[in-house]
Amino acid sequence: MHAFAELFQTLDRARGTNAKVSAMAAYFSQASAADGAWAVYFLSGRRIKRLIGPTRLREWLAEATGLPDWLVTETHEHVGDLAETIALMLPEEIEQADDQRGLAEWVEAEILSLRDCEEAECQSRVTSAWAALDEAGRFLYSKLLTGALRVGVSQTLVERALAQASGHPQAVIAHRMMGQWTPTAAFYSGLFSEREEHEDASRPYPFFLANPLEADPAELLGDIHDWQAEWKWDGIRAQLVRRGDAIYLWSRGEGLIGESFPEIIEAAETLPADTVVDGEILAWQDDVLPFAQLQRRLGRQRVGKKLRAEVPVRLLIYDLLEQGGEDLRARPLGGRRQTLEAIMAGMPPPLMLSPLVMAADWQALAALRAESRARGVEGLMLKRRDSAYGTGRPRGIWWKWKIEPLTLDAILLYAQPGHGRRANLYTDYSFAVHDGEQLVPIAKAYSGLNDAEIRRLDRWIRQNTRERFGPVRSVEPQQVFELAFEGIAASSRHKSGVALRFPRIKRWREDLGPGDADTLQQIKALLP
Amino acid sequence: MHAPLIQPTEDGLYCAAGDFHIDPWRPVERAIITHAHADHARSGSALYWAAKPGLGLLQRRLGKNTAIHGVDYGETLQFGPVTVSLHPAGHILGSAQIRVTDGHEVWVASGDYKRDTDPTCAPFEVIPCDTFITEATFALPAYRWPSAAAVAADIQQWWQANATEGRTTVVFSYALGKAQRLLAELPTPHPGPIFLHGAVAPLTQDYRAAGIQLPVTQTIGEAADNEDFSTSLVIAPPSAAGSTWMRRFRKPATGFASGWMRIRGNRRRRGYDRGFVISDHVDWPGLLQTIEETGAKRVLTTHGRADELVRYLNEMGLNAAPLNTLYGEDEENG
Repeated sequence: MHAFAELFQTLDRARGTNAKVSAMAAYFSQASAADGAWAVYFLSGRRIKRLIGPTRLREWLAEATGLPDWLVTETHEHVGDLAETIALMLPEEIEQADDQRGLAEWVEAEILSLRDCEEAECQSRVTSAWAALDEAGRFLYSKLLTGALRVGVSQTLVERALAQASGHPQAVIAHRMMGQWTPTAAFYSGLFSEREEHEDASRPYPFFLANPLEADPAELLGDIHDWQAEWKWDGIRAQLVRRGDAIYLWSRGEGLIGESFPEIIEAAETLPADTVVDGEILAWQDDVLPFAQLQRRLGRQRVGKKLRAEVPVRLLIYDLLEQGGEDLRARPLGGRRQTLEAIMAGMPPPLMLSPLVMAADWQALAALRAESRARGVEGLMLKRRDSAYGTGRPRGIWWKWKIEPLTLDAILLYAQPGHGRRANLYTDYSFAVHDGEQLVPIAKAYSGLNDAEIRRLDRWIRQNTRERFGPVRSVEPQQVFELAFEGIAASSRHKSGVALRFPRIKRWREDLGPGDADTLQQIKALLP
Repeated sequence: MHAPLIQPTEDGLYCAAGDFHIDPWRPVERAIITHAHADHARSGSALYWAAKPGLGLLQRRLGKNTAIHGVDYGETLQFGPVTVSLHPAGHILGSAQIRVTDGHEVWVASGDYKRDTDPTCAPFEVIPCDTFITEATFALPAYRWPSAAAVAADIQQWWQANATEGRTTVVFSYALGKAQRLLAELPTPHPGPIFLHGAVAPLTQDYRAAGIQLPVTQTIGEAADNEDFSTSLVIAPPSAAGSTWMRRFRKPATGFASGWMRIRGNRRRRGYDRGFVISDHVDWPGLLQTIEETGAKRVLTTHGRADELVRYLNEMGLNAAPLNTLYGEDEENG
């Protein structure tokens, strides 16, 4: 636990990704396989199911410190993070803090085992754990009890560190970390083991990602003939893996999502053996349906006939990653596309080739892009014809050339604190628009302001609070913000009757008063 | 019910029986000053009284021509029927608690104070009283200070690591009090020379003039043109962070020394490489300890987190209430 707490502190302080990667690599090189596995698990953003809620932890903290509940609550609100509050409030020395147990032992013997404990035993075990640890250890232990670590590293950085520690290329590590795995010593040793001829058959390849294109492509990208253009679909990115008799459908979040889309799994049987394709799942009836429709298919254990009929789906395939068991990713896109077209010839729905968008020059392509909203797509994808299918998001190979977002002006109505480094700042906002004499909530947004604006708005929120509901404050309806969003759909679950897709703050409109904000009627006019 | 011995007015904390103010925020006839920080020592009053060790600092702050009476710690002054004496507060050089009595009851206005040892000023003295006016800057149980020596050792280690990499170490800290305490606490030998920002240097000189032993320092403005600062420690006020003044250092490693650094969110959001928990103010355990030791039955609070402290003390059976003051408006003061 001590070594991991030290790593956490180093990562927390480190600025710049190289420092973080080398700190993690140093840890991975010396950690036991059991500890390393849990470290990879937590650092890559995975979490264990929360075993004890914040209310109980606060009660136990009050008992452990001998302070009243309300003072624990006030302190928590000031600090922002419960695990940190616990670490800061408990007195320096409870016992001799010389616990030598490693991360894995802590997680398995002191945290996961709480699952089977009675309330009273739970409390006594948590309280003794606090007593056995120093401040850094207490913080980490409590963090693991309450949820995610959030230390500013991504799975990609963890992969880089493991690549450094193991000497394997990052792609090999990324591949080994995809899919479902449990943090065991065997898993961790497997990350370091010699590369095998046939890696786990279920695994997809790491998804290759695009950067947003903000410049004029004619200036930045050169000859249009070096580029392949496709529609940028607003669906779910997925890899369909058929190896032997087994078929797997993977989302980018590395979940197996086949259960939600049984028709795609069934259709995959018509693909040649040992094929992996990359594409986008869309709700589709004659033409593409809004994302809101597709959402109805998600997160279900079983998709019944009725829903399958109401929301039919398709997989629009745009890349071929493996054919006959051979990894094609290093080949140029142009060649991969030709082979893909041959495979897809005559293939019935729901598998479908994502069409190319043809244009003689950038100007003509820009004109087609302007039709995006009417076509139900987000814009265009531009991919270098001679490019390999890489890993991560390197610049200059795949671009997403999205259309300008829609915008509206809304009034700040509620605010609540953020997480991690913004835990004691109000950074999560709810916005409203006019509906007659009323204000009706229209969207939540978490990002879009810079640090200075966040601090200024935080101060304003504290000084203009109307009411407090737990962590949420309602504020005077005065501040107007321009929100950008990608789409709008009718929704019976929202009081406003509309749901916005990807709302975020574009600008703080301090030049506008609440009377200048939009009305619900104006927004409903944007509904497709 | 008779009028309280000390109460806030538009001008500051006022003792009507003795006709004087404590740390007034507007010009008055007679001002007794607890210490030289800007939110406590404001210019424009006709006559000032303050503890002798801080006279140099106050004279600098209030102007050379201001009349300030230096008072020894423990010396008594008579203001009509009211007896006043000044006692060490352990906050910065020359900081004082003001003891006020009319013969019936004893009031103590603490000003700002801390209980930790500090080589640059006289240690806090517990003054028994009936009513204790205490600061409450850090009055939440999350604020418990680590030992200053341990923090100084931490800074030293970080400085050493930066010096090895050829990076200048810049510690931002409040220019008066904190900066000098840091200098005094740093273990020797130092990994390199120490430079002070122009706002820190004269105050540090005042400390030396008052007989406080501090390590040798140079002023940035007097550094040689070819000075590369690669192993140096630089102490500067927080306002210098991100300014063009910083351009003279190649790849500086920056740290901030403040009680607020106890909270991870504050540490990270500030954008410094490191946050060091070191404060001139009393922490939560020190606050409760002090209130208990004074034996005060009534506690009045100033600064910051007063509401929680007041409620807590009331629940503990003390008579506590917040006082409205303008102290602690400067957020760097921590």
